[in-house]
Amino acid sequence: MNDIRRKLGIVALIAPLPLFLALAYVLPFFGVVRWSFTLPEPGMTQYARVFADPVVQGVFVRTLRVCLIVTVLTTLAAYAISYLWVFGSRTVQIIVEFFILIPFWISTLTRAFGWLALLYNRGIVNSLLQGAGVIDEPLVLVRNEFGVVVGMMHFLIPFAVLPLASSMRNLDRRVLMAARGMGSSRLRTFWSVLVPMTMPGIIGASIITFIFSLGFFITPAILGGGRSVLIAEFIYVQTFQTVNWGLAGAISVVLVLAVGALIVLFLRLTRVEKLVG
Amino acid sequence: MAIYRPGPFALILAILVIAFLIAPLFAVVPTSFTPTSYLSLPSGELSLRHYWTLIEDAQWRESVLLSISIGLASSALATVLATSFALGLWFQKPRFSAALIGFVMMPMIVPPVVSAITLYFLLTSISRISAALGYDTWAGVVLAHTVMIAPFAVILILVALSQLDRRIDMAARGMGASLWQRISLIIVPNLRFGIMTAFFLCFVLSWEEIGVTLFITSTNAITLPRLVWMGLRDNVDPAVAAVSVLLIALTVLVLAIVILGRERWSRSRALGQG
Repeated sequence: MNDIRRKLGIVALIAPLPLFLALAYVLPFFGVVRWSFTLPEPGMTQYARVFADPVVQGVFVRTLRVCLIVTVLTTLAAYAISYLWVFGSRTVQIIVEFFILIPFWISTLTRAFGWLALLYNRGIVNSLLQGAGVIDEPLVLVRNEFGVVVGMMHFLIPFAVLPLASSMRNLDRRVLMAARGMGSSRLRTFWSVLVPMTMPGIIGASIITFIFSLGFFITPAILGGGRSVLIAEFIYVQTFQTVNWGLAGAISVVLVLAVGALIVLFLRLTRVEKLVG
Repeated sequence: MAIYRPGPFALILAILVIAFLIAPLFAVVPTSFTPTSYLSLPSGELSLRHYWTLIEDAQWRESVLLSISIGLASSALATVLATSFALGLWFQKPRFSAALIGFVMMPMIVPPVVSAITLYFLLTSISRISAALGYDTWAGVVLAHTVMIAPFAVILILVALSQLDRRIDMAARGMGASLWQRISLIIVPNLRFGIMTAFFLCFVLSWEEIGVTLFITSTNAITLPRLVWMGLRDNVDPAVAAVSVLLIALTVLVLAIVILGRERWSRSRALGQG
């Protein structure tokens, strides 16, 4: 009797959150799925559009290109800063951690605005370059793909740092010192010892960056200025401007499936238990 | 003892990355003091007019208050739901607990834009039943934010629970405490730091949430990020620069206090043990 009451008590503790999410998140998602099959008319027309319409295809190709560029550059930049964070002296570590965490805690909007102030036609970069006489005409640095890549990198670097730093922390430093002690140069130690040993972190960071970059839309919307529309902003446009909920739903479904596949790949490659525990 | 340290080349690269990370944060400062009503760098004369706008303009004041009240309500809801969930798993790990945790993590993993369109569907459906609870209302935004921030609270509270000593709970149980007594008298008091951290993170996440908020509000429930978005999208309003400077200053201050406080704490502990 008492045991049953205890079990019921525990179920009553666990259940509310999954139930809440089932009602407020999973159920409405199936509503969006239904849109994709029923709007404007029942059938697969919206999915046919996703895979055949040149406009949608163009957005897909641009999204893949931008996300791949962002992933490579972000992982490289995050590697450099993780390296200093993990192997620097205690004081250096505190300073680096501070600079990694600041952008992490500042909102997407503020950061995108900062890049706008830095990069627009009469912004700080152009003013400095023109003042120094390097250029005559201002460079076009925002409201194009360059601005989008810069803004997305800025958002994603702190996220890529976490798996990289954890893979660097877990390796045995004596191996690095042994390589140096036996006369290998810094570059050789880095390339033949450190990089192979941190490969799980590199793969993990790349996949996390890529997944995040796919669903991103505030930063590209501000720094792309409506000219370099990525898939997520395209969903926004289809929902509120073109008001084609069927197409927005179909692209959402495709996006969720793609991200789901990437997550399965990520779990296979990195064994999350190691990262967490 | 020899210690492996980064060389000069690595140092230069890392400093470049750090410069990249903080450059846009400094960039908003001069812009916020411009005397003009459009986005520009001040040439000579500095002005505080955009800071005054924030104080005098009722729209900015109201959006700040709205964001605070939404943040408090949704973080309270998310923290309570997450704490209850994590506690249940801690008491008795069901066989499918990994699947359950994966399930409640979904709003964090699914691309934000898909969550946004999903919650847009939810709130417009609710609006058809009750206009006061659905799309573009206080309650609707609280509901949507709770969905989005709950996974973060779950992670933090699971971590906090994993560091809790099970023996204190076993002692209470052995002395005949009921489940409710064990939770309210033993576990929650010992978990208060983790719960407070979860609440704080949730509040910050709700306070700056824009991706979902953009889909589920239009003219009525205008949170601070929503107002900033409106100031950025059309003609860039330099008041956005002023509000950004204030937010950045606040973040830097809190972060510096937290990191330095932690350093002093760990150093004094190390001294105490040595």
